[in-house]
Amino acid sequence: MKCFLQHSVFLILVFTSYIGFSQTINVCEDCSISSIKSAIKQAKNYDTIVIKKGTYKEYNIVIDKPLTIIGKNYPVIDGELKGEVITIISNNVTVDGLFVINVGTSYTEDYAAIRVRRSKHFVIKNIVLEKLFFGIYIEKSSYGKIYHNKIIGDAIEEYNSGNGIQLWYSNHIEIEHNYVEHVRDGIYLEFSDDCLIKNNVSAENLRYGLHFMFSNDDVYQDNTFENNGAGVAVMFSKKIKMLNNIFKENWGTASYGMLLKEINDAEIIGNTFEENTIGINIEGSNRITYKNNNFTNNGWAIKVRGACYANRFLENNFLYNSFDISYNSKVNDNVFDKNYWSNYTGYDLDKNGVGDIPYRPVKLFSYIVNRTPETIILLRSLFIDLIDFSEKVSPVFTPDNLMDNNPLIKKITW
Amino acid sequence: MVSIQNLYKKFGKNQVLSGVDLDINSGGIFAVLGPNGSGKTTLIKSVLGMVIPNKGEISVLGNNIKNSSNYRYKIDYLPQIANFPSNLKVKELVKMIKDLRGYTTEDLRLIELFKLEPFLNKKLGTLSGGTKQKVNLVLTFMFNSPLIILDEPTTGLDPISLIRLKDLIQVEKAKGKTILITSHIMSFVEEVSDEIVFLLEGKIYFKGTISELKTKTNQPDFEHAIASILTDNHA
Amino acid sequence: MLKILKYSFFDLMRSRWSYVYFAFYLLLGIVLLFLNNDLSKAVITLMNVIIVLVPLIGTIFGVMYFYNSKEFTELLLAQPLKRSSIFLGQYLGVALSLSMSLILGLGLPFVFYGLFKSNTIWDFSLLLITGTFLTLIFTALAFNIALSNENKIKGFGYAILLWLFLAIIYDGIFLMTLVLFEDYPLDKLSLIGTMLNPIDLSRTLILLKLDISALLGYTGAIFKQFFGTSFGLIISFIMLIVWVVLPVLRIVFKAKKKDF
Repeated sequence: MKCFLQHSVFLILVFTSYIGFSQTINVCEDCSISSIKSAIKQAKNYDTIVIKKGTYKEYNIVIDKPLTIIGKNYPVIDGELKGEVITIISNNVTVDGLFVINVGTSYTEDYAAIRVRRSKHFVIKNIVLEKLFFGIYIEKSSYGKIYHNKIIGDAIEEYNSGNGIQLWYSNHIEIEHNYVEHVRDGIYLEFSDDCLIKNNVSAENLRYGLHFMFSNDDVYQDNTFENNGAGVAVMFSKKIKMLNNIFKENWGTASYGMLLKEINDAEIIGNTFEENTIGINIEGSNRITYKNNNFTNNGWAIKVRGACYANRFLENNFLYNSFDISYNSKVNDNVFDKNYWSNYTGYDLDKNGVGDIPYRPVKLFSYIVNRTPETIILLRSLFIDLIDFSEKVSPVFTPDNLMDNNPLIKKITW
Repeated sequence: MVSIQNLYKKFGKNQVLSGVDLDINSGGIFAVLGPNGSGKTTLIKSVLGMVIPNKGEISVLGNNIKNSSNYRYKIDYLPQIANFPSNLKVKELVKMIKDLRGYTTEDLRLIELFKLEPFLNKKLGTLSGGTKQKVNLVLTFMFNSPLIILDEPTTGLDPISLIRLKDLIQVEKAKGKTILITSHIMSFVEEVSDEIVFLLEGKIYFKGTISELKTKTNQPDFEHAIASILTDNHA
Repeated sequence: MLKILKYSFFDLMRSRWSYVYFAFYLLLGIVLLFLNNDLSKAVITLMNVIIVLVPLIGTIFGVMYFYNSKEFTELLLAQPLKRSSIFLGQYLGVALSLSMSLILGLGLPFVFYGLFKSNTIWDFSLLLITGTFLTLIFTALAFNIALSNENKIKGFGYAILLWLFLAIIYDGIFLMTLVLFEDYPLDKLSLIGTMLNPIDLSRTLILLKLDISALLGYTGAIFKQFFGTSFGLIISFIMLIVWVVLPVLRIVFKAKKKDF
């Protein structure tokens, strides 16, 4: 019955378009319909609105019926800083190929370039956003796709800037091939489950390249997070898969490739952490598998700040980090096994590819630096090497079971 | 030629020179004598600027030598112990000194005189003491300077070379040069020097000709004259 | 002075010690590069070698040369040459021949390894520049020690003590001080402490390249300015130059007063 109804709706649509009520509505500066708002008003469900090249000074455009809106050659929609530009409140809306600028800034309302509210099956693609407050804001919506968008903000301070792509109470959203820079948080998820974040680049953002809060069962993979204020933060979430991402050049005092806080049962596999002040900062996170990650040239590859249990670090490469692992307690319940450590100085007499003496990744000096940060200036001093060596021989300050019993002799490739 | 006024030098607690006044006129051979540790070498090194005096003035050819180095173009110096950089060859050393001081061809004649040709390509470290001293002599006499200072020139020389050295000294004297010699070999001193300067406890005890010294000490020969000074002063 | 430099330099170039030193670096470079095949690791190891070994060899060699060339020096002193040119010439002769051994010994294997195609070239050049500075500084310090001590054994003793102090003991005291006064703002103190020791200074210079990510983890504003901008690099180089100039000036001054 339902199927029949849908078919008949389709037939009626085809029929009506055929006899003169066009399915496609063209908007251009000197067409009969020169504003997007009036085009939407005139459109029927499932119509297509084609916006020709030009500048359209409009804001508060509400899309309240299932429509496909396509921009030809990136028409500019100028919000003139007056408020939200496009708001989608209907299911099955597609927005494609627009250039949205000048979103209004407010301290009381989160104006977005494109907002999706309580809708399903939306597609937002090929959108370019500039001079924005919030970029794409998905609110209590699901089964949507956001891809091939480019969001270039000009955020200078955190308190008066918004996020590039924000999900709030939204599930089953796919975010792919987007490019976000110079906003507060590049991509922000709050209470959003089962989302896929893939192949995005998030760089030069004020705060986090990617920010997770209370979101479970999400996957993010093959993304690049570079030079963000504080890197990527994953907090209070469960069963997250983080695969093959690149975390690069997040420098600063409270800056890290990735911050894990209250994260349980996650998988962190195949990622690259390069030249970050801290590769991964872990707090209160349990049962996480770290496998086949590359930690290269970081200040601290991994900084464990207590209450982390049953984590497993397997077959990772730790290359030329100033410190491999830093701990702030004497207790260790985590497993390190079969990693490659470039700082390993042991030998492999039986030639089985595994070092004959265990490697202790936590140096005494990392404790001293935790206590008195200024001492970092003595890094790589001969004196420090001597005290590190004596600690290695007989551990007093570092957890004595914290070691990799099977340190590999050669860098792992996979 | 050389004028020294009120010269004082102390090494640590050891007062070596205490008020030396000395004028050496142009031309002639002067021997500086004295017991061990009387300050002969210190005096000579002060004239060369190698030892910096605590007090007093030295002028060479009318110029004060303080903070100056160019006056050394007028001095040929034969150091006491001929220790040279051991991994240099004789040839290279001669070449180097010529490079530092200026051009001369005199070296060829001197090398021939002292029969040094076979040693030219040997390293200085492998030479015997006598041969080294010959090289030393070549280096000293190859420049034509008005003042020649010889510190123990006879050390290690064989009789033939000694005769050649004496001839050499006489030739230089004949050119009107001033020659300053220290030596322990009294016969040598007696033979070559015109005038002697006797240093004792950092002061000039005697300055004059050998015959004057003999008269003063009432001794028939030079060696005894010297001996009597020493016994008188240490008795 | 240039003539003295020339003779000292060639004299040293002929001595077997220069060859030993050169061969050592050559071997080190080859072992690090061709047996390990890891350029980044090689640079880190080299850094450790350079900040420890170069000062040691500079001091020992400087003192040794000074005492061994006593005769040469006396020969020169009787020549119409300025004292400052004699000693500066000899100093530069030693320092330059040591630097040459270092640069060629390490440079050749790296060039053959294909360094010019790699982006490690900057790290590596920095290493060589720092090594050269350390040679200049520690040879000058060695000459100072030798000029002030007639006694050879004493001179060697002081030279080794100097190295031991600057390479290890200083950092120990430095660390203690920082930990003891951790309640006070320390970033100025720690930077000044670094400036006062040429080995620490060189180490910091290399840290700027190798460990910048870690250095930027510290909060202090002065630290941040120092490490985050080219300010640190410039100041470090200026200080290194000061560290060369001061001992050299003392050589000139001391040499004028010394008796031979």
